[in-house]
Parts: sequence; C-alpha cells; structure tokens
Amino acid sequence: MRAIGIILAGGNSQRMGDLSAKRAVAAMPMAGCYRAIDFALSSMSNSHIQKVAVFTQYNSRSLNEHLNSSKWWDFGRKQGGLYIFTPTITATNSYWYKGTADSLYQNIDFLKNAHEPYVVIASGDGVYKLDYNKVLEDHIAKNADITIVTKDIKPGEDDISRFGVVKVGDKGRVLDFEEKPLVAETNTASIGVYVVRRRQLIELLETCAAEGRTDFVKDILIRYKNVKKINAYKLETYWRNIGSVESYYRTNMDFLNPEVRNFFFHQQPGVYTKVEDLPPAKYNSDAVAVNSLIASGSIINGTVENSVLFKKVYVGNNTVIKNSIIMNDVHIGDNCYIENCIVESRDTIKANTTHTGEAGKPKIVIEKNFRYTL
Amino acid sequence: MIKKEMIAMLLAGGQGSRLGVLTSKLAKPAVAFGGKYKIIDFPLSNCINSGVDTVGVLTQYRPLRLNQHIGIGMPWDLDRAFGGVQVLPPYERADNAEWYSGTANAIYQNLEYMEYYDPDYVLILSGDHIYKMDYEVMLDFHKSSKADVTIATYQVPIEEASRFGVVIADEQGVISEFEEKPEHPRSNKASMGIYIFNWKVLRQALIDMKDVPNCDFGKHIIPALHENGSKCCAYDFKGYWKDVGTLGSYWEANMELIDIIPEFNLYEEFWRIYTKSDNLPPQYLAPGSTVKKSIIGEGTEVYGNVENSVIGSNVYIGKDAVIKNSIIMNNAVIKDGAVMDKAILAEGVEVGKNVELGVGEYADSEYSSKVYAFDLVTVGEKSVIPDDVKVGKNTAILGVTTKEEYPDGLLASGKAIIKEAGE
Repeated sequence: MRAIGIILAGGNSQRMGDLSAKRAVAAMPMAGCYRAIDFALSSMSNSHIQKVAVFTQYNSRSLNEHLNSSKWWDFGRKQGGLYIFTPTITATNSYWYKGTADSLYQNIDFLKNAHEPYVVIASGDGVYKLDYNKVLEDHIAKNADITIVTKDIKPGEDDISRFGVVKVGDKGRVLDFEEKPLVAETNTASIGVYVVRRRQLIELLETCAAEGRTDFVKDILIRYKNVKKINAYKLETYWRNIGSVESYYRTNMDFLNPEVRNFFFHQQPGVYTKVEDLPPAKYNSDAVAVNSLIASGSIINGTVENSVLFKKVYVGNNTVIKNSIIMNDVHIGDNCYIENCIVESRDTIKANTTHTGEAGKPKIVIEKNFRYTL
Repeated sequence: MIKKEMIAMLLAGGQGSRLGVLTSKLAKPAVAFGGKYKIIDFPLSNCINSGVDTVGVLTQYRPLRLNQHIGIGMPWDLDRAFGGVQVLPPYERADNAEWYSGTANAIYQNLEYMEYYDPDYVLILSGDHIYKMDYEVMLDFHKSSKADVTIATYQVPIEEASRFGVVIADEQGVISEFEEKPEHPRSNKASMGIYIFNWKVLRQALIDMKDVPNCDFGKHIIPALHENGSKCCAYDFKGYWKDVGTLGSYWEANMELIDIIPEFNLYEEFWRIYTKSDNLPPQYLAPGSTVKKSIIGEGTEVYGNVENSVIGSNVYIGKDAVIKNSIIMNNAVIKDGAVMDKAILAEGVEVGKNVELGVGEYADSEYSSKVYAFDLVTVGEKSVIPDDVKVGKNTAILGVTTKEEYPDGLLASGKAIIKEAGE
C-alpha cells in the first residue's frame, strides 16, 4: 500500500451522555465482542496499510488498553506498525490537541518521516468495511487534491445534521461542504474518511498552523473547497456512526439483522479484535435466548430476547432481558427485569431490580454495586 | 537470556487409535475438546500458567494440524525471545533414520534440544489429558523430597487400578515398588504419565538405555532408575484429571462441562485455558431457537434446538434441527430438520436435511468392537451425510457419503462407512 493510516480517536461526544464518561467514542464496545475502532483498524489492515497511527486524547485509558498489542490487527511487522500518539509537551508546544488539524500538526514529524506518498485519515467511530485502495485509486484517477468518502443517509437511519453535509457535482467534485448544518441541503454525509497526498497534507497543515487554525473540516476542507480539487467517493455499503446514544443502540441492534451479520461476520475480509481467550458461552437448564447476539464467557440462566450481550455477562435465574445492550463483564442477579436499556460495562445489578427505558430511547444503566469475586 | 530452571517435553506424537475416526486425519492432542479447545491446549496452558516457558512438543503421527495449531505459540504466550514452544519431529541422521519408537526413545532423540537449554529439571508431559495442574507445586515437592524423579499420581477407584501403571509409596511419597497394569493392584495410585527428572539423572539414564528397543518411561527408564538406587517419589495430585483415550470417556468428559458448576471449571479467572482462536464474532441465537444446558462457541448461529450438548465455534445449526447429548466441533453445518442424539461430529462435518443420527437399538460394532463400544454415532472430519438418511447407534462414518451407501436410507446400528481409511 502506498499510504499510511491515521485514525482520529481523540474526541468526546456530548451526545453519548453518560456512556462517554468512561471512554472515548472510538473505544465503545460494539456488536458483542468488538470496539468501534476495530472497524477502521481492520479496514486499514485489510487494505494492506502497514503503518497506522491512532491519535487519542479524551479519556483514552480504555482505548490504550484495547490497543495494547498490534498483533490483533496484524500490524506488528518489521516494516510499519501501530502507533499511539497522545499530546506531549515539547519545547515549542504545551497545549492539548486543539482540533483535528492541530493534532495532525503536532505529529507532523510522523508525516514527514514517512516515505509513503499518500495518507488515509479515518475516524474511530464509524462501523463499516472499506477497501481504502479503491478510494486511493479514485483519488488518483480524478486527479484530486483531497478525496472525502461520503455516504447517502436514508431518512430514519440517522440524523443528517450530526454530520458534515456535502453537495456533490459532476464527476464527484465537491461543490459545497457544511459542517453540522441546521437545515441540510442534501442527504450526503462525509463519513470522516479522507485521502490526501502526504506532501499536500503537510503543506496545508503548516499553513493552517501558521494562521492559528486548528480544525481539519472547517479550516482545511471548507476553507479550501474552491481552491483545491476536493473529490467525493461514495460508499455504497453499510456505514453507521455511533456517536450518539440512539445511533449507538440502533447500530448494535442492526447486528441482529442477518444481512448486516453476513456482511461483517461472514464476508471476507473479516473484522479483527483483541482476542481474550474466554470460554464458550454457557446456557443452563432454564435458559431462553432468542434473536440475540451473545459473546463468549457469558453464562445465561434467565431469558434473553432481541438483545446484544457482550463478553462475560452473567444472567441470573428468572431474569428477563429484552431489547437491551449489556456490555462487558456485567453481573445481573436473579429476578431482574431489563428492557430497552444500555447497561454499562462491569456493572453489578442486584437481584430483583427493574430497569425499563422507552422504545427507541434506551435508558443508560450504571450500577456499581459490590460484587463478590474469587 | 536467563537460565531455565525447568523445561517441558510434551509427547504429542500418538495417534490415539481408540478415538476411531476422530483421529483419522490428526493426532489425538489436536482433537477438539469443550467446544473451542483442543486437547493439547490443557498441558500447554498449564505450562505457561505454571511459569514453564520453554516447551518442546514431540510430534510424529499426522502432525500438520498440530503444527498449524501451535504455530509460534502466540496463543499461549509461548512466542519467546529465548525459549518458547518448539515443535520437534523425528529426523534423519548421517548414519540412520528412525521414528520415535517409545516415549523415552523420543526424548532421547531430542537430547540436543535439552542440552541447549541445560536446565536443572525436565518435565515430561503427554498431550492427551484434560486437567489443570500447577507444575511449579509439583517441582516444589520434587525439590523438598530431594528426589531424582517425581511421578505425578492420581487416586483411581481400586477396581480400575489394573488398567494403569500403579505405584506403591510411603507417606512421604517415596516409592518402594512399581506395578504395570497389575491383576491384583495393591495401591490405587495410578501414574499420570507426568514426570519431573533431575536433568543430569535423566540424561544419564537415556544414554545408558539408548539401545533398549521401544524405550518407555514407565516400562524401562523409571524401573531401572529405581533399581539402581535413585530416589523416586510420587506426587499425589488432587484436582480434576481425565484421560480421554476412548470415545466413551471423551464424550463423558465433554458432557461434564455443562453441569451447573462443573468439576472442571473453564470459567475460573486465575487459571485460564488458552487456545488459538480465530478472530470470530459473537454467537447468534435466532428467533425460534432453544438452547438449554449447553456450551456454545464463538461465531456459531443456532436456528434449531440444542440441549445437553457441547457446540464448537463457527457451527451452523439449521431450523428445526434437534441436537441432544452431542458434541459438535468447529465449522460443522447441520442442515434444517436434522435430528441427533449422542453423536460426535468432528470438524467441518456436514449433516444433510432431515437426517436422523442415533436411531434404533444398540448393536455391537462389526467394524471394530475395541474402539466402538458405546451408544455413540461418530463422524470423522469433513464427512458429509446426505439428506434424509437415518444412522443407528454405535456407528462410524468417514468421508463424503452418498445416499446409495445407506441401504433403504439407513446405516444400521453397529455398522460403519469408512471411505478414506487406506487412502
């Protein structure tokens, strides 16, 4: 591959509510045994990008733990590798990353020292599969300065005004780009994946920094949209952003749909994640589990319906779980009732507890009770 | 680099012929167990959990699958800069070439490997038991009793002791006598085939006895050491230990895992069993499926009914299929409406629509009564069973079978279809 990869995973999202108190959006658990960033990392690995840097800033402990080894995504090669860049104090700079462009600028040495001619920039909160080589081919064929990947959002899939909205003209040229508009003119969203020539990017970042500007979208894409040739590559396959509670819930539930499962789980190339060596899931004699994804290490005694259970979830006797997401290592006691909820990881829910959210508006459950462990 | 105090030599070359078609294409240590695991994962995980990070794995029979599984040892954290796991096949020498002809002979042929590390102690393991054991505790016992060789023993019911090599030991564990498969056993302490040797003692014994044909630890090395006055001790192991050498015991050991709190608990945090996991998604249970008293591996999709069974990874179980008291290994496909009771399906088996496995009454096996003496339907790796056929009890199937091979659509109890036996 003639590109290096950069994943911008530093951000927080107000729309994630209490869920982001614990971790960056890119580290959100997804689809039973993944984390959000696995989708971008796996796509990079499957596109044969060998050198990948992840920029983290906000609440990055969970993310750093997840990225403890590059071997899970097969990046641990002699050429390249997986790098994690957090803000550092240097002789000339003592600020946090002030924006996406600033985070790139603070690591400009990484860009300068690379020899690959192109850079693929992705965000860590998208759920998708993409061969970045195809985007790069399009970028070269169209003789573009910057290529942005776009997705047409159908009504009901997500709230278009959460995204950068793009107006695309003939031959994919981007005519207009509006960040989080009050009223969107089109339904085409930028998914936060960009391809740009490395030297071009360095030049743009240096100008940007000299002028005291810090945001990649506002200060580079939008500011240069008439000067530089910005090209749109349309993604036709599944893509969702998980940056709000509702979309996070909906995206997880999408995996109960056979087409989505087939696309991510059974079609090549695969999605990779950190392997945790947990035993198989266990169903005891009164267990009932229908239309649910259940990850390894779980023990089910009660009833689970239309739900996603992450790793190491314990469901007690006579407990009912419906339309809910139960994150890693949650212990739910006997006789509980949980419906339309997102249960935060490592929670311990005492026996005889009831939690119900509204359909489409899940309740976030955070219960840190004492758990007896061996 | 740091000197290794103890290294392990894991004997994984045996066929395990009493597992019938399950080992037709792979060595016994590579046979699946408990859904996602393979038998060799237990001794390998024990090694790393006990702090033994240098393991030589001796292979001979059908090593391909074992080699692929072990690789560079990453799943067990045995990919080390110095030490780690090393596969040791038999090899050719300038003057002769011989296979491993016995347990001790195999170790003798790898003297060089052990000399390279020059440890203080050598741990000899076999790759066909299911157990969790801290070899470090055994080593402490070995050191404190100042033994030359320590044999791990397990107390078996006295009526079964005649199937094992038995040791007679005093309260401190000092062995006074050995009996190999005695008719009237005087002790119920069976040897588990796990030994710790002082390296120098082992080295000398192997060299001294290098010309003994089919040289074996239990039959030759240890009795000889005992005779010439070396101190032999028995380490009484108290945990769970299961030999899965026959189809019956293999099936039972798997079924024990689905008890509410199994005696052999895979869910304990502090002694994890590692295996080579492909990066697999979670499992999916469809509307209309029922799963009770079972364990199920990653990536499996269940549309049918599963009860009292052990299901591996990436298995597909179709609509209205009924799986009872069965073991299904990785990547098997069970099509809609197939019904089975007491079946063992090896990896990648395909069972056609509306097939019934385990019908009728038990009958003695006409194929091999030594191997097949249980109620079980045993299906070998990548076999295919066509739609709408019935298969009786105590049967074996290996290879891609077609409808014509089932007279009146039935393979009667006690019969077998073996298509690739001789190749």
